[in-house]
Amino acid sequence: MAKSAPAISLKGLTKNFGSLAAVDHLDLEIASGEFFSMLGPSGSGKTTVLRMIAGFDLPSSGTVELDGEDVTSLAPFDRDVNTVFQDYALFGHMSVFENVEYGLKVRKIPKSERKRKVMEVLDTVRLADLAERRPAQLSGGQRQRIALARAIVVDPKVLLLDEPLGALDLKLREQMQIELKQLQRELAITFVFVTHDQEEALTLSDRIAVFNNGKIEQLGTPQELYEIPKSEFVAGFVGTSNIFNEEAALTLFGKRGRFALRPEKVSVSDKKKAGSVQGVVSEVIYLGSFTRLIVDVAGIHIKATVPADVFHRNQTVQINMSSTDLVVL
Amino acid sequence: MKSSSGARVAANAEATLAHRISTTLYSKPKLRLRLLLSAPVTWLGLVYIAALLALLVTAFFTVDSFTGNLVPGFSLENFASLFTNALYSTVTFRTIGMALAVTVIDVLLALPIAFYMAKVASPRARGILVISILMPLWASYLVKAYAWRSVLSNVGIFAWLLRPIGLDTPGYSLIGAAITLGYLWLPYVILPIYASLEKVSSNLLEASSDLGARTWSTLRRVVFPLILPGIVAGSIFSFSLTMGDYITINIVGGANQMLGNLVYSNVGVANNLPMAAAIALVPVIIMFGYLSAVRKTGALDNL
Repeated sequence: MAKSAPAISLKGLTKNFGSLAAVDHLDLEIASGEFFSMLGPSGSGKTTVLRMIAGFDLPSSGTVELDGEDVTSLAPFDRDVNTVFQDYALFGHMSVFENVEYGLKVRKIPKSERKRKVMEVLDTVRLADLAERRPAQLSGGQRQRIALARAIVVDPKVLLLDEPLGALDLKLREQMQIELKQLQRELAITFVFVTHDQEEALTLSDRIAVFNNGKIEQLGTPQELYEIPKSEFVAGFVGTSNIFNEEAALTLFGKRGRFALRPEKVSVSDKKKAGSVQGVVSEVIYLGSFTRLIVDVAGIHIKATVPADVFHRNQTVQINMSSTDLVVL
Repeated sequence: MKSSSGARVAANAEATLAHRISTTLYSKPKLRLRLLLSAPVTWLGLVYIAALLALLVTAFFTVDSFTGNLVPGFSLENFASLFTNALYSTVTFRTIGMALAVTVIDVLLALPIAFYMAKVASPRARGILVISILMPLWASYLVKAYAWRSVLSNVGIFAWLLRPIGLDTPGYSLIGAAITLGYLWLPYVILPIYASLEKVSSNLLEASSDLGARTWSTLRRVVFPLILPGIVAGSIFSFSLTMGDYITINIVGGANQMLGNLVYSNVGVANNLPMAAAIALVPVIIMFGYLSAVRKTGALDNL
């Protein structure tokens, strides 16, 4: 059986704004049914890529293919992708029902079928009882779900989500993350999710592309990105890392090169053990489920994750780091 | 305790009259509001509303046909002749028709200009357009009307442009007057539509297109409902300004009259102030009806 074409295939995609390349010769394939995240700081080009897939922006060069078909110059209304906007972009002059119905209406689907589909989707997002309300009368989380319902009611092959949870508070965001994940599994459509929140990306995604300066720094599963970051940028952006420059690496491990080490791989004790080095706790940061220490070892600051209430500031401690945990950058 | 009351005494001793007034005003918000509004309310009440009421009352007076003096009283004679005299009803319908025509012309011209300004133009082009729309408002109304007199004349630019293709200038006629009035009020229609279009987020247009709507569908289903209040706000200007106009029609309208001309001739030529007042109430009543009808669209918040 021939391998089916990827849901999205970007080739040499470039977008210039003046002399600035917002997206720089990007090649990317996203498989059908994948939950794919584009992660990066603001201005890294991830939203521009999303907008070019949706058709809102035309690339300066390169192509966008959906299901093997070149759609580079097609208008958004001729592409089988739908978008959930960062600020939801709900139509304020329409009710919740009419908002969700919109895509079906412009496709000239008969009224009875429209009604059935809209109510079905509103049920999925658990808002059927608010169908007659106006978007302005809803909370942020509810509006978010309407935007989602409006986009999925037309059965797109690909759903693009532009920082959809950015405006929600933490609790709601965590809840919506679970709902999004479940929804994606149920619908079995490709999700392309843009976020600057690395935790969100790690939680939700099958694969993540980390963006920096219009390029993909690294592409991989959440585990790969976390455990084997390929660059200092990825090590620093995805989770927290100790980054050791050549001098520090030589001092601490007697090794040449640049390395990253996760704080949870640093063990801290008040007793001397084989291979341990001595340091002084310079900062204790309480983070709820754990505490972060910053330990000063010969002028090098090392972050470590420890249980709460064990160490205090200015305490002399012994730390152990295994050179097998080091990630070469 | 002692030191704090001592400090207060010292502060009181220092307090000037201005201090005391501002303290009093600060602690009495209602007094503050009354003082603030007394001048404008007096103006509105005496000069504006009272004049309108005087107009209403005068419409019920009559004129002594022998002496030409005003005879106060309550007579429906003027209103009766509004309905029975064919001239008055013809001119009333002509004026309404003119106001509608000018409004339609202006809205159709304003929509693409306002859309271009709000959604397409670069900030620089937008600035130039705003200035060029506002600039004609600085020129005298009369000068602009007379300028159109020469544009519309038999040797004017319309005749020069249209005769080679078998058409001709509309000349000094109702059509000429509609074109001129449309020109005069266009800025008042563009600006509220532009303001309401600016408030329509580009995201909404993208969302509509994303959901499968083509350009025309997006304009009809998303843009139009959202800017309707702005369109209505603009139409209030073009409609009411046309209803009250009597100069342009004199300059470029040929022999045609509008309600304003009847008011003018009743005041000046016929010396029949009560009749003039009764005629003047017609556009007031029509505008009142129009405003009540559009109040629901939220247009009055867009003026």
